[in-house]
Amino acid sequence: MDALEPQAAKRRKKQAGPTNWRAILFLMPSWVLLLIFFFVPTILTFYFAFTNMSLTGINAAQSQFIGFTNFVNMFDDPNFRNSVVKTVIFLIFSAVIGQQVMGFLIAILMNGRNSGFRSVIGSIVIAGWVTPEIVCAFVWFAFLNDSGTLNTVIEALGLKPVAWLYTFPMVSVIVANIWRGTAFSMMVFQSALGDVPREVEESAMMDGASGFQKLVRITIPMILPSVLTNMILITLQTLGTFTLIYALTGGGPGNSTEILPIYMYRQAFVNYQLGYGTAISLSLLVIGIVASLIYMRVLKVKI
Amino acid sequence: MGNKSKWLGTMIVALSVVVSACGGNSATPGETGAGNTGGAGEQATKTIKVAYGKWNEADRWGEWLKGVKEEFEAANKGVKVELQAIEGSQYATKIPLLMMDERTAPEVLAEDSFMINADSEAGYLEELNVASWDDWKNFNEGIKAAVTANDKVYGVPFSTDVRGLYYNKQLFQQAGLPVPWQPKSWNDILDAARTIKEKQPDIIPFWMNTGTAGQEATTMQTFQMLLYGTQDQMYEDGKWVVKSKGLLDTLNFIHDIYSNDLGPKLSQVLTAQAGQVLETDLMPNQKVAIVLNGNWLTGNWGESGGKPWPEALDVYDFVKMPTQNGEAPGFTSMSGGWTLAVAKKSAEKELGFEFIKMAINEKNNKKFAILDGALTPRTDVAKDSEYTGQKGTLYGVAADFITYTHVRPANAEYPSVTSVAQEIVEKVATGALTPEAAMNEYAKNVERTVGADRIVSKQ
Repeated sequence: MDALEPQAAKRRKKQAGPTNWRAILFLMPSWVLLLIFFFVPTILTFYFAFTNMSLTGINAAQSQFIGFTNFVNMFDDPNFRNSVVKTVIFLIFSAVIGQQVMGFLIAILMNGRNSGFRSVIGSIVIAGWVTPEIVCAFVWFAFLNDSGTLNTVIEALGLKPVAWLYTFPMVSVIVANIWRGTAFSMMVFQSALGDVPREVEESAMMDGASGFQKLVRITIPMILPSVLTNMILITLQTLGTFTLIYALTGGGPGNSTEILPIYMYRQAFVNYQLGYGTAISLSLLVIGIVASLIYMRVLKVKI
Repeated sequence: MGNKSKWLGTMIVALSVVVSACGGNSATPGETGAGNTGGAGEQATKTIKVAYGKWNEADRWGEWLKGVKEEFEAANKGVKVELQAIEGSQYATKIPLLMMDERTAPEVLAEDSFMINADSEAGYLEELNVASWDDWKNFNEGIKAAVTANDKVYGVPFSTDVRGLYYNKQLFQQAGLPVPWQPKSWNDILDAARTIKEKQPDIIPFWMNTGTAGQEATTMQTFQMLLYGTQDQMYEDGKWVVKSKGLLDTLNFIHDIYSNDLGPKLSQVLTAQAGQVLETDLMPNQKVAIVLNGNWLTGNWGESGGKPWPEALDVYDFVKMPTQNGEAPGFTSMSGGWTLAVAKKSAEKELGFEFIKMAINEKNNKKFAILDGALTPRTDVAKDSEYTGQKGTLYGVAADFITYTHVRPANAEYPSVTSVAQEIVEKVATGALTPEAAMNEYAKNVERTVGADRIVSKQ
């Protein structure tokens, strides 16, 4: 064994040479694309956040480096704080709780049913996910606006209609986003549940575990890594939601649904403060990182 | 070995495909969108881009510019005019983005006059050689000042406007209010609104633009119409006035209207469609008694408007907005003004200026003004009897308003400050902030945006 090992190792080392060179060459196109479309813009974003670049005025012709001024202003800005709060609320209720719970419920209920049933339900749920965000916004606008479908039904039942988008804007956009994104969680959980070995479940049942205990003590702990991946992915997706809310409520009324992407857009493109807008986008990045770290901690899973 | 060379060959082919794809897409220098594309015919076709805002379905600017396009193309063989309609609510954002890049910079663009200072400082606008243009002498001097920055002219005005109070004569008579009505103070307006509320509970007593969704419409028709009727201003001696008695009184007026239910439903007035609802539904159906707005509303009710309504000006009268307590000069108004400008980074700048000269000549400007319900900045058109005698417009009345009018601070920081103004108007209306708290927020936010050395507080 010992005599063979150095030889085997030498052979492996010899093969490592050309393989590495090949791997690098294969990776080149994607590295170049990543560089152009990801790294360079990210570095530029970091740089712009420290300038007073704007869309018009003297600072459009020549922006100046202003250090941390944008960040100081950011923390001083009550609208920014409001935006962070609204973003967190939107994130927690529509993604972390909403989409995950709905997705999990649907996946659990579909587990083991016949495939015809699964494909019908599955298609309906996925339809919401594949619909372009703007179409989604129009669908929900048609449903929720003052003379929309929901109010028509309510009036037909003899009750007083409500201006949903004006009186309950946050609830409206949360519901719309849950409708839109549940499919992703559902699919993640479906495959995760499918991976749970039957023997474990059966032996738990034989040991006298009730359905609920089986769920909580066996199934969920076994799919925890998927839960973590799912949470991180939908958090990052939800943090970038713009079109849905902008088209549905415009961030309003006032700034009751002005989550960070919308606030960022307003600062950068309506108030023309590009430098400030980029600084705000960096805070989105920070929130994403913090959220991911929290998930990893709470779920006690390492990636 | 054979495997290796086959594999190597595949890689080289793949890489060369990627490289050629990337290389082929980059624009070769000199060939911009407006450049000469060598045609098969004897003449090279030049294209000029004309960008403008499309404010509603009626697209009256588009109609005007289409007419000019036909005339221009006929007069200039080998030149094509490409009209670019940009959705109104996106216009303020898109136009600087277009001007920034030489591949998209339009030869002609509609430029709001208050942006001229900021955009010329940014290097977006081309200085126009009006000295050699004979027709320039026919433009109103006061308006010329608004398009000049550092003694250079950057835009040719094609419209201006005034703001005032529309009131419904029938509803007033039914409520026992005097007709004709000319309020002399803000209290007169509040009294009339209260009377309407009492006698006609189903009618909206007083409408003023209130939402941030309305953008400049909220700042100009509401915030500034009130503030400039007080003794204080928005911008004075080179600094932004962030706290003043006038500002507090302005916010208190807004608070009074909404807290006493004298205004429209918030769910109606805060949306982006509020203006459209007002102009094509509430006013023609006489659901609102007093409206603080601009003279161009009549454009909606003309034959080519969104809601043709020939009796409009028999039903609604347009009167001047009083100063707060009737102090001299007694009345106030605000004037904006749109211009046509040439983007500095565009390719065919001389052709662009020629297009502008044609678009705003006497004949075309008269046609446009009558079409759009806008006021003309030309002195010759202003005296034209066909213009002043136009049915369903406020031209005859408006000349009087202009004597009391103010314009917005033509300062590069204005776009940021105006949005703070819009926010506090909305917050006071919804009750989210008291007038005092709103003024404090205005002061804080403006200071944060323009810097502590650019503001002054008068309280």
